Amino acid sequence: MEATTYNYKVVRQFAIMTVVWGIVGMLVGVILAAQLIWPDLTFGIEWLSYGRLRPLHTNAVIFAFGGSAMFAVSYYIVQRTCQVRLWAEKLAAFTFWGWTSVIVLAAITLPLGYTSSKEYAELEWPIDLLITVVWVSYALVFFGTIIKRKTKHIYVSNWFFGAYILVIAILHLVNSAELPVTFTKSYSAYAGVQDAMVQWWYGHNAVGFFLTTAFLGMMYYFIPKQAGRPIYSYRLSVVHFWSLNFIYMWAGPHHLQYTALPDWAQSLGMVFSLMLLAPSWGGMMNGIMTLSGAWHKLRTDPILKFMVTALSFYGMSTFEGPMMSIKTVNALSHYTEWTIGHVHSGALGWVAMITIGSMYYLIPRLFGRESMFSTKLIEWHFWLSTIGVVLYIASMWIAGVAQGLMWRAANADGTLTYSFAQVLNTMYPFYGIRLAGGALFFSGMLMMAWNVWQTTRQGRVVNDAPIPQAVQA
Amino acid sequence: MSDFTHGFWPIYISVITLVSIIGTWVFLKSQTTRKLAPGEKPELMEHTWDGDLQDLNNPLPRWWLGLFYGTLVFALAYLVLWPGLGNYAGVLNWTQIGEYEEEVQKAEAKFQPVYAGFMQQDVSTVAADADARAIGKNLFLTYCSQCHGSDAAGARGFPNLTDGDWLYGGDPDTIKATLTDGRGGVMPALGDALGADGTQQVANYVLSLSGRKHDATLAAAGQAKFAENCAACHMPDGTGMQAMGAPNLTDKVWLYGGSEGAIIEAIAKGRNGVMPGMAQTLGTTSNKDAKLHLLTAYVYGLSQQK
Repeated sequence: MEATTYNYKVVRQFAIMTVVWGIVGMLVGVILAAQLIWPDLTFGIEWLSYGRLRPLHTNAVIFAFGGSAMFAVSYYIVQRTCQVRLWAEKLAAFTFWGWTSVIVLAAITLPLGYTSSKEYAELEWPIDLLITVVWVSYALVFFGTIIKRKTKHIYVSNWFFGAYILVIAILHLVNSAELPVTFTKSYSAYAGVQDAMVQWWYGHNAVGFFLTTAFLGMMYYFIPKQAGRPIYSYRLSVVHFWSLNFIYMWAGPHHLQYTALPDWAQSLGMVFSLMLLAPSWGGMMNGIMTLSGAWHKLRTDPILKFMVTALSFYGMSTFEGPMMSIKTVNALSHYTEWTIGHVHSGALGWVAMITIGSMYYLIPRLFGRESMFSTKLIEWHFWLSTIGVVLYIASMWIAGVAQGLMWRAANADGTLTYSFAQVLNTMYPFYGIRLAGGALFFSGMLMMAWNVWQTTRQGRVVNDAPIPQAVQA
Repeated sequence: MSDFTHGFWPIYISVITLVSIIGTWVFLKSQTTRKLAPGEKPELMEHTWDGDLQDLNNPLPRWWLGLFYGTLVFALAYLVLWPGLGNYAGVLNWTQIGEYEEEVQKAEAKFQPVYAGFMQQDVSTVAADADARAIGKNLFLTYCSQCHGSDAAGARGFPNLTDGDWLYGGDPDTIKATLTDGRGGVMPALGDALGADGTQQVANYVLSLSGRKHDATLAAAGQAKFAENCAACHMPDGTGMQAMGAPNLTDKVWLYGGSEGAIIEAIAKGRNGVMPGMAQTLGTTSNKDAKLHLLTAYVYGLSQQK
């Protein structure tokens, strides 16, 4: 018998865990920011040292918070836009428990110091294998659902989800190719500059496909839904989808400017990063222009505010990124706090804010409510997040540029004007502002948790959302 | 893993890069439709999803197309001028290593006059020169302060350079040798050889050498073990040997701490002190010999201050 309802259970599980992991990941971020000011903050306990917590923070916010959000929205959107229940639901249930196990294992092994030492791919080989199994299951569920869809066309969000699922699979398999030595230790299959190149081909595309393509798919569903407007341009979706995915693949070498990487590879990384500007802005334009005719809603709707602000930060950081890939700019910005600021304008401003906005749309619908428990709290959350991000990135811009300039300042006798310790000393006030910004952003997440808790408490678990039988054109 | 040195690869890279850029151009061109006439409404696509999700089909914004084409033109121009297409060197013949070497050469020429005079003088003369001290201090802050501290007073495991106590000797030539090639101070682990009791006995004997509080019975028992296991480097009287970098155990200077626990740890597990060679750290930077000379004079001067 054909299913008459959508599977909301797995969506709900991932949606709730998005909020939980968001809080965990950002709390670790706030602790790290404080450790940079007070290095002895965690009493010299090795599991809580900066080096152990840093990969925990990045893994938690990218793969736990961002990953859970993507599972939730892609399962929700693919069902509703294909007008069918998820294919292979047991496999979908497995992806929840599997992915959550990966996260828990990461939270245990990283503080204990087990690491493959590859940035954003620190987890050791047994966990890498589990990730592979979960991801293949995810792909089967997603594409299986696409295949059995009732609608003729595939909705634009699903193109982006499809690209992200495929590319992340390839990236993970290639970059995590490693030789196990023991159960808890492995070594990369690559060596030297080739290892660095593979690592940053992976690293940049993790940003490109995990944190950009996937979240654009999220944007393409929730913005038109929340604004009640059609998408600005189908043609622009097509053009920026293909150009974004194609060009992103080339941009990795810009992480290795002025290193042992051959000159030609550095140049290609740079010019393709610049070519990435227009495709990135295509997505921003298409989202923002979708609001034309609905601008007035921005005054009263904090969810829409989250989404539009997210797109603005997306546009800003995708302008900043290509600029930073230019060799002469990179010579100043590389290895400084500027990079940290850039990452967070994307991660907090774009990824977190589009996710938060989308969750405020999604969660009430999973719990049989029209809206969240408190719209006022969403408004507060919006302002805390916005002020938090601005403090964060502005302080890191100033700190980063100051750091870069101080490092290269030289005296009349050719010696360096500032010692490392002097430069570090200059950073402290900015570390303080960054900590304040991060703490504001984090406190907004706590408000969200309270709001979600109240929403779920007063709502009912929806397991019977009906699939419309009339198939739309 | 292969190093991709075969002549096929540069061609592969060039072709795939050019095809990609030109292909993007052709794709953009093929997707460009006419601008909407003033007042004309964009087409609403026929398909609908999830109740109300629809697409307008506005043409690609002209300024956006301009931006995209602009980056493509920039890319092509850049790849003509700079290396990028396989092993094609680019019109400007720029290389990263070339840029670096040019900068070093310029610095060499520019700063050589500043240093030339000092190179004619011996270390103690340079150490007395205020200008040289200022340069030396900057070099020290850049290269040495991370371990020895901004005030050169050291830290646990990193010698104090101002106290006149030297592991390897404090004459100018020795300081220069230490700076240039570095030092590796190795104290072997004796825990297995001495056993827990023996280690504690030797530690108490070592404490007694500098007149620190110790257990006299244990120290007495440790004396013979010290003679057998430690005296070869630290000398029978415990005053150390600079040729080996073996510390004097009779003074009040303790590199890794002078408590019974710290000494037991040192005896049981050994110590490995590493001072990197500045010749390597300075690499190919300009006026390298002069910098080593000024740094030597600065460190020498530190211990001469009264």
